[in-house]
Amino acid sequence: MSLTSEEVEKIAGLARLELADDEKESFRENISSVLEYVGKLSKVDVEDTEPMSHSVPVLNVLREDEAVPCAKGVRDQVVDSFPESEDDMLKVKAVFS
Amino acid sequence: METKGLTASDIAKDLEEGKFSSRDVTEAYLGVAKGNTESTHAYVDIDEDGALAAADEADRRRSKGKTLSCLDGVPIAIKDNMLVTGRRATAGSNILKEYVAPYDATAVVRVRKAGLVILGKTNMDEYAMGSSTESSCHGVTRNPWDTERVPGGSSGGSAVAVSEGSAPIALGSDTGGSIRQPAALCGTVGFKPTYGRVSRYGLIALASSLDQIGPFARSVRDATDLLRIIEGRDSNDSTSVDLKDDWVLPESIGHDVKGLKIGIPKEYFVSGMEDGVEAAVRSGIERFKELGAEIKEISLPHSDYALATYYIIMPCEASSNLARFDGIRYGTRIPADTLEETYRKSRGAGFGKEARRRIMIGTYALSAGYYDAYYLRAMKVRRLIANDFTKAFVDVDCILSPTAPTVAWRLGEMMDDPLSMYLQDIFTVSVNVAGLPAISVPCGLSDGLPVGLQLIGRHFDDKTVLKAAHAFEQASGGFTEFIPATV
Repeated sequence: MSLTSEEVEKIAGLARLELADDEKESFRENISSVLEYVGKLSKVDVEDTEPMSHSVPVLNVLREDEAVPCAKGVRDQVVDSFPESEDDMLKVKAVFS
Repeated sequence: METKGLTASDIAKDLEEGKFSSRDVTEAYLGVAKGNTESTHAYVDIDEDGALAAADEADRRRSKGKTLSCLDGVPIAIKDNMLVTGRRATAGSNILKEYVAPYDATAVVRVRKAGLVILGKTNMDEYAMGSSTESSCHGVTRNPWDTERVPGGSSGGSAVAVSEGSAPIALGSDTGGSIRQPAALCGTVGFKPTYGRVSRYGLIALASSLDQIGPFARSVRDATDLLRIIEGRDSNDSTSVDLKDDWVLPESIGHDVKGLKIGIPKEYFVSGMEDGVEAAVRSGIERFKELGAEIKEISLPHSDYALATYYIIMPCEASSNLARFDGIRYGTRIPADTLEETYRKSRGAGFGKEARRRIMIGTYALSAGYYDAYYLRAMKVRRLIANDFTKAFVDVDCILSPTAPTVAWRLGEMMDDPLSMYLQDIFTVSVNVAGLPAISVPCGLSDGLPVGLQLIGRHFDDKTVLKAAHAFEQASGGFTEFIPATV
């Protein structure tokens, strides 16, 4: 399983990751070798096997949908950790432009 | 005060007898932690003021006869992917380098409620992705047994702290071996509880169906006492469970293994293991025989596929979990002209190589056209691997294997070859894939470096694993042999 440079670019785009030009080739090689290794699963007979997403079956864990206010200090710290802000509002680039 | 080799229960006893105060012992550990920042570098953040204040409170409680638990006043170190209010939580990543936690992880809340004294945060591979603690944005952590060698990972800082005596106990997290493998390479006890036993709330997620928080300690008893404090259902983690009566740890863990059936998976003793590791583990098997345990060869037929299954499921979950780190709400933002460019630049600059590799592998395996061939297939093989264990546990009570195929290797040796680093996890990943409890205990030295032996148990039968490990420890006369020379 060997990826092309175009595929590497495409995956990086999907993952919203910028790769430096000098890294692209080593990423292509590393990721290709990992994909080749994990490709061995194609040899396993999985006919009639149910997929398993969790090891401990817990289903429908529900609680009342109640708003729990957070402590004042917690709110302030969350606001303080905004990368950019105006007053205590988070500042972001326009989503639609 | 010599902290190296001191167990939490030694400290608790001496506190009880008034031989020293929590402040004395906390100062001693802080001294080692600070003294070793240039050499082993176990800690990335030492909270001296917070620790001393907590120690003074513990001393006040004790003077009034109002201790909160058997470990009240005992110091502890916390891996840097767990949130501790008001302290940085970086997960070893540049993108979170300045991030300050606004609340406590549930495990941290429980540690505080038991009166333990938090010394600081320990180093780790970025986002817990690695087996060597070399990929942290804070720089490498070194093995106290030989500072030219890695401590294992990803919880390398916690393992080193307990090994070198800069903490008697510590918390780590284990997604594919990240507690057990560094415990093995540093000569400490490391335990991964059954998935669901300990809340993951406030643990920065790597792979949510595999991650579990657990203890590092110098003795099995300490690991058990710490597990008792952190375990149990938490309404903030829907995958944490109420412990049934059968699952509860007994007051005294016991050490009678007469008649206990221990399985040796024949698939684990084929190739790739260093001779010195195999010899130490085989001597461990002999010790269990002498103790009256019944040793049986078993088969886990899908073992050869465990690592491949893990290296699909883990990056898929990681690529999804790490999508939240985009430079928008917290963490480092690299400003750009558009929102999408901001994402790309912030994530490109903020994540290190291994994090980006795994995000890319996960993104690819989950992308349209590849989902069935990779992720869906891996989830099916996951079922087969779990079924192997279920079948094996009909005949045996626990399973014994090496923890890691090698002893600690030289720094830098595997950094450019991710696949060979992944092979370090060959004996540990199946346990996470199946969600089982497993411990690593030191079982010998090879070329002067510690070797770990792994014991795996049934779902929620953590107590049998701990009992068997305890028996092994008692028969070894404790783990006093596994104290590194002064760094």
